[in-house]
Amino acid sequence: MKTRVLAAVAILAVVAFIATRHWNGRTEPLRGDNAVTHPLAPDFSLTGLSGQTLQLSRYRSKVVLLNFWATWCSPCRSEIPRFVDLQRKYDRDGLQIIGISLDDDPKLVRAFYQQLTMNYPVAIGDAKLAERYGGILGLPVSFLIGRNGRIYAKHAGESDRTGCQVTTRNDPTLK
Amino acid sequence: MTQFSITSALFRRHTVSRMAVALTFVVALVTAPLFAQGVSSKTTADESSGSAPELIQPDELVKIVQSPKGARPLIFQVGFRVLYQQAHVPHSEYIGPASEPEGIQRLRQRVQGLPRTQSIVIYCGCCPWSKCPNINPAYKELRALGFRNIKVLYIADNFGKDWVDKGYLVEKSE
Repeated sequence: MKTRVLAAVAILAVVAFIATRHWNGRTEPLRGDNAVTHPLAPDFSLTGLSGQTLQLSRYRSKVVLLNFWATWCSPCRSEIPRFVDLQRKYDRDGLQIIGISLDDDPKLVRAFYQQLTMNYPVAIGDAKLAERYGGILGLPVSFLIGRNGRIYAKHAGESDRTGCQVTTRNDPTLK
Repeated sequence: MTQFSITSALFRRHTVSRMAVALTFVVALVTAPLFAQGVSSKTTADESSGSAPELIQPDELVKIVQSPKGARPLIFQVGFRVLYQQAHVPHSEYIGPASEPEGIQRLRQRVQGLPRTQSIVIYCGCCPWSKCPNINPAYKELRALGFRNIKVLYIADNFGKDWVDKGYLVEKSE
């Protein structure tokens, strides 16, 4: 029975991986077991919307979903309420969503933050930070960062409605 | 390689059986096409502007910007500043998100005094074509101002995938 289940999982995983290649939203798994294939997420220290310091490395013991977005980006606006739900639901389990807005005007971001009652920290990013994450050349883009601070997946485009579908390995550091 | 959702796979404190994971895959596979953004519609940028914009494909624009001959069109980026700073079409000018009043204002100022026959290419690339909030307002504004020689760069997914990843030339700015 165990073998059959594992075989089914393997087959479905392959099909799912192929299927994701045909979506507009793309998940790019970072494969392998070493530091090269799971690079450390570039640390940053930004001032959050509420004035607090937002430093990524302070969340090292948590699973971090780092989301690059903008207020005028409609796919971003669609997925943010789902992130709010996720943060509320899995906060005690160690999920930390962090939003990096690439808006030009922080006032718009603050208004949006309040309007959607966002429950996770948001800061304004810039081109240097975007380039450290390999370039953010379209929105939204999200990175899944394990409790060890390493990047396990990158998803370009809106996440799906079933709960931020990500393609990744069954790596214990993500659990 | 396995596929998980955050809700079922990220947390050790929730014991997840392999069967549950398998079921997650099935659900994901069955529902994914429903939620996928699908093939980009080429009509979105035009729906309320009263005339269909003339599209230009990335490979066509590459030839134009690389060609030393002929008058080059003005190329306006109506997307977000951080995208422009990281990479933009050579010789293009930053206007800003045309979905915002400030972007439209900058566009008006930039074309003020130009002959209405001026050849203009606008592009964004912030989001998939069918979701782009900036192209349509920019196109409509230029039309309203009397410009008729406007082309819209068709970027199906985003500037990264449809321009940078294809190895087309880019410029950066501070």
